[in-house]
Amino acid sequence: MEQDVTIKITDREGVMHEVVAPTDMAMNLMEVVRSYELAPEGTIGICGGMAMCASCQCYVKSNHELPEMNDDEDAMLAEAFHVQENSRLGCQIQMTPELEGLEVELAPES
Amino acid sequence: MIQTDILIIGAGPTGLFTVFEAGLLKLRCHLIDALPQPGGQCSEIYPKKPIYDIPAYPEILAGDLTKNLMEQIKQFEPGFTLGERADTIEKQDDGTFIVTTNKGTKHQAPVVAIAGGLGSFEPRKPIIPNIIDFEDKGVEYMIKEPELYRDKDVVIAGGGDSALDWSIFLTDVAKSVTLIHRRNEFRGALDSVEKVQELKNLGKINLITPAEVKAVLGKEHVTGVVVEETGKEPFIIDTDHFIPLFGLAPKLGPIANWGLEIEKNAIKVNNALDYQTNVEGIYAIGDVNIYPGKLKLILCGFHEATLMCQSAYQRIHPDKKYVMKYTTVGGVDGFDGTRKEAPKAVVKAIQ
Repeated sequence: MEQDVTIKITDREGVMHEVVAPTDMAMNLMEVVRSYELAPEGTIGICGGMAMCASCQCYVKSNHELPEMNDDEDAMLAEAFHVQENSRLGCQIQMTPELEGLEVELAPES
Repeated sequence: MIQTDILIIGAGPTGLFTVFEAGLLKLRCHLIDALPQPGGQCSEIYPKKPIYDIPAYPEILAGDLTKNLMEQIKQFEPGFTLGERADTIEKQDDGTFIVTTNKGTKHQAPVVAIAGGLGSFEPRKPIIPNIIDFEDKGVEYMIKEPELYRDKDVVIAGGGDSALDWSIFLTDVAKSVTLIHRRNEFRGALDSVEKVQELKNLGKINLITPAEVKAVLGKEHVTGVVVEETGKEPFIIDTDHFIPLFGLAPKLGPIANWGLEIEKNAIKVNNALDYQTNVEGIYAIGDVNIYPGKLKLILCGFHEATLMCQSAYQRIHPDKKYVMKYTTVGGVDGFDGTRKEAPKAVVKAIQ
């Protein structure tokens, strides 16, 4: 399927998963992680994708150009733990064809 | 001991609506919630966000949904144990359950309905290696008793509303208030941000940004914290209390140890019938349960609550037969003596 992208997600145990994500279903990265059950339910996407809990924080390992952070995401990351320079909230990253080959690592649960 | 017919764990939308459905069956309810206010996630996480999939409400704010549910159930006089977490459950010889909270409040009921969402909201604890050693010895994750801080030196960390509001409040109580945040920007109500600015200018709040508390100092009790301010050498602030306010996150918590079957951080229930768990008399409804095809939606929680109440009625009154009545036909008789009913049509000749 040409709309699908392949992305690499390293889970909280350090295991890397190569998964296929559709770009035509309005899915974000947090939802991709949940659909493949790469983190236990109840430990990711707690607020449902409102950038209000940081449970979907991840570190972006590849050099993809991602959509700019909005104020909500920026403010949430200002209060989250384990935040690094390359931290993003998975729920704010929509799956688009440009993200082919994206590599991310899930931040620890907090 | 608080006694009721259905003891509901969790005062979110599903738990609140259970009171209504139970009330129609003349069953009384009492709710326990770890949060200080009813509404669950709707009040704690997103009160000002709209919801679009509540039937007959094209749009409703989560906070208003809570308000409306409270209004809808008020004639059934639900009891509330708020700010306490349900910790243990013991089955009695007579088939009832006793649920005890972390503060020791005991509740007894023949039916327990767990409407616990994602679990009880617990404060998020910053990653500071020795912080656990000082919990309740100068480190508090939430402010329960402001008088504790009278004439003390206090350091607050965080950048949201609660960090701002408590910093403001404590300037009138504490000897000194220091507010530390990782950014220069704060996320909060505009007037709180402006008030902190004003108090900072007056020298009543010592504001340190962008900075982080990296260690807690002390022997028996907190005596200071180590602060790292961007671009400076780490330094020590002497303080009696360190209050990290980084919001709350839900954890399934003690319910996980109640002997219930758990799958994917949720409680397995029988969805073909009544949402009962593997323990007879204990039900799980709303986001906290799981069954094939489960959707974590408020509207699904309402449906589950309704069917669960029917089963609860049978358990409490095994000899009675219940016939479902439409509220439009039967009206709503409150435990407070009120009655709601459809207006009667008038039969009168027109001259």
